[in-house]
Amino acid sequence: MPSLSERYEAEVVNFDCDKAVEGICETMRDIMRSKLRRRGVVVAVSGGIDSSVSAALAVKAFGAKKAFFIQLPEVDSAEDTQSRGRQLIDFLGVDHTTHNIAATLEAIGCYDARDEAIKKTFPEYSDGWKNKIVIKGGLDGRVNHFMLVVQNPEGELHEKRLDLKEYLQIVAATNYKQRIRKTIEYFHADRLNYAVIGTPNRLEYDQGFFVKNGDGSADLKPIAHLYKTQVYALAKHLDLPASICNATPTTDTYSLPQGQDEFYFALPYQEMDKALWAHNIGASASDLAGMLNISEEQAKFVFQDIVNKRKTTHYLHAKPYLIEPIPELNL
Amino acid sequence: MSSEAQIRNYILENYLFTDDPSALDSADSFLDQGILDSTGILEVIYFLEDEFKIKVEDTEMIPENLDSVNNIITFIEKKRP
Repeated sequence: MPSLSERYEAEVVNFDCDKAVEGICETMRDIMRSKLRRRGVVVAVSGGIDSSVSAALAVKAFGAKKAFFIQLPEVDSAEDTQSRGRQLIDFLGVDHTTHNIAATLEAIGCYDARDEAIKKTFPEYSDGWKNKIVIKGGLDGRVNHFMLVVQNPEGELHEKRLDLKEYLQIVAATNYKQRIRKTIEYFHADRLNYAVIGTPNRLEYDQGFFVKNGDGSADLKPIAHLYKTQVYALAKHLDLPASICNATPTTDTYSLPQGQDEFYFALPYQEMDKALWAHNIGASASDLAGMLNISEEQAKFVFQDIVNKRKTTHYLHAKPYLIEPIPELNL
Repeated sequence: MSSEAQIRNYILENYLFTDDPSALDSADSFLDQGILDSTGILEVIYFLEDEFKIKVEDTEMIPENLDSVNNIITFIEKKRP
């Protein structure tokens, strides 16, 4: 009988990329034809692996002339992600625009609200300092909680546990970024009579790693069923530029570099993919422990964290609840 | 008001939106019963620190200390000088 790792290799890592691309493109066309009835697609291109693969699939499904790409940087966006986004746009040859959202975020109070909460934790924080939030707890069986990390202009790092009120305000403020971006994506979609492509992979979608009415909002999510490992495989299969295929995933939301596993997941994505897959096929904590080379207790905590995140973020996926159904709409 | 009553009332009022004491058993697991999620637990920690003047350390943020009214009572009794 094959080991769990062998099964993962066979079923996830070495999946049939040709067949996957063909199936995704056909389903995208079918959804556009029968449900969305739009003339093309808008994709916000961040330079990350997920939006790059989604953009390439959209071009494959509909053609470059039926796609419109947008880059939406702000002051905390890393230069290398923007440059990778430009490379992708050049590579796919799609009409595009760049809209820097920093002035909008400034005007709406995003940076002020964030900095006010940071200063309650680090009063000395000011211009020239950088920040990020780091999650703690999931791998140790503790309640997930959040540390604020700041770096002064001399490069010294300081870290403190965030009180809930400040944590919520920092997240609420930075969520403006995803929501303003989505507003602009829908402006172009409405203008062109296009649909908006959402770009979460399976790990992000399943575990609720998105902002409701922000990056969680879209008309069609073409890679939400694919593990991140598979998204990387598709990037190579689609011959995307090497800089994109080899990029480390970041949130690109805070001014200090922040891995997704620092902010949200208990483990780096390669291992989270394995843990989520193992959980989905009903593997035991002991099997996962062997697969990831961690203790059985830690494997139990990782499984528990997956279940907890599903519960906590369920409402992010949900449509607004009604007191009584409206059956005539057949939604 | 006893500590237990204070904690029970806080949970009933803020998470169950009721004043019916039968809606919550002091042994009910907040997480398993879906009464609280992880953000809710952080709110409870904030409430405990404020109300009982204790400091919950990172290492103490485990379900054994926080996942039911009974667990919280045992925990704060231990924390008090």
